[in-house]
Amino acid sequence: MNLNEAPSKTNNSFLEDVIKASNVNIQACYQCQKCSAGCPVVSAMDIMPNQVVRQIQYGRREKVLSSKTIWICASCHTCSVRCPNDIDIAKVMDTLRHISLKSGLKAGEGEIPIFHSVFLDSIKATGRIHELSLILRFKLKTRDFLKDAALGWEMFRRGKIKILPQSFTGGRDIKGIFRAYEKGRGI
Amino acid sequence: MKDVTYYPGCSLHGTAREYDESFRGVSELLGVNLHELEDWTCCGSTSAHCTDEALAVALPVRNLTIAAKYDREMVIPCVACYSRFKAAAEEAKEHPEYLLSPYEGKVSLRYALDFFCDKPMIEDLKSKKIKPLSGLKVACYYGCLAVRPPKLTGVKLYENPDHMDRLMELLGAEAVDWSYKTDCCGASLVMTRTDIVTNLSQKILGMAIEAGADCIVTGCTMCHANLDTRQAGLTVEGEKREIPVFYFTELMGLAMEHKDVKQWLGRHITDPIKLLSNKGLL
Repeated sequence: MNLNEAPSKTNNSFLEDVIKASNVNIQACYQCQKCSAGCPVVSAMDIMPNQVVRQIQYGRREKVLSSKTIWICASCHTCSVRCPNDIDIAKVMDTLRHISLKSGLKAGEGEIPIFHSVFLDSIKATGRIHELSLILRFKLKTRDFLKDAALGWEMFRRGKIKILPQSFTGGRDIKGIFRAYEKGRGI
Repeated sequence: MKDVTYYPGCSLHGTAREYDESFRGVSELLGVNLHELEDWTCCGSTSAHCTDEALAVALPVRNLTIAAKYDREMVIPCVACYSRFKAAAEEAKEHPEYLLSPYEGKVSLRYALDFFCDKPMIEDLKSKKIKPLSGLKVACYYGCLAVRPPKLTGVKLYENPDHMDRLMELLGAEAVDWSYKTDCCGASLVMTRTDIVTNLSQKILGMAIEAGADCIVTGCTMCHANLDTRQAGLTVEGEKREIPVFYFTELMGLAMEHKDVKQWLGRHITDPIKLLSNKGLL
């Protein structure tokens, strides 16, 4: 089976892009909606998972890439496991997030991609995630300093929050990995 | 003595400290010699796979390359790390271009729950003196990544798993039947869409209470953090309730009377000590 076969509509480059990047046969979908029925976070989505698949088939790039749905998806894999046509929807969601980040379109859920970028910056800086630094970096971006402050204190009292990051010697490897990634993204 | 490589991951050195402590404690009692992977780095977690495919493969593979120096399987208690390692090991075969240096090692990866549920480990556990967790009703909560996707986890009963249930029954606890064993808690959305996580977590907590459980047992750091810390305002049939959440290794340690159990449990936000004292187990 040639997954890269041209779709029925001409110039449907979005569908082609998604199929090529994910290697998932999106065209097998017959809209049974099993993915959406089992999705634990569907109520917070603006387009349901089965609709995402359909919108990709229709080539609606902007609607899909600027949706809340692609960021709300918690990667629980329930949809992929239950799909009768073996469409790995969780993988497609990952692909859509990747394409969305490169697209320059405004993300439908602003804070979630910011969190991911702060998380990756933390790995780049210290190799391992130091949770306190991660949370402080994220709060500096969102300016929401009070959220969960009481919980943070309770965790600190119980010895769950480390004040200082651990020493780290794998810096060269990590820098190399991030250099390759940043080059790939044209940064 | 069985020697294994141990990849703790970031959470076990922080908010999931009691999972690290109880995993180490139980391993020692069962004669498992843990060699912490030297110079390990973050697996990239949700943020890497949501951002870039190559990054999501290269970060775990850096650790696999170190682990490949040793002829030992690598045990990973954090199921989120485990899932990223399994996925990256597969992807690395198809996409060597994602890697800075080729990964040829075939490091055998084991999730801590699967490791302890294996026949030889179960036999070792049976040979130990166990103080049965009599009268303790547990709801075994597997979450997502301990079972899904089954092509990575190898779990056959991925919609209704029972391996943790059987482990708990071996320790003398009663595992209740319930229907939320593999439902998602919202995981890392807790940092950004706390509302979604609170809603999902409270559904799971409420269902466990309705099923008659005294406590929930899990082997996932994100599930534990969400279920343990998002109980404010939890009501079942109009009544304010709370329910302790254990790591499975803590209950193994309790049944094997590990000396540090109280220290592990003292780190929880929802107090588990009162329940265990009332049941005469602590």
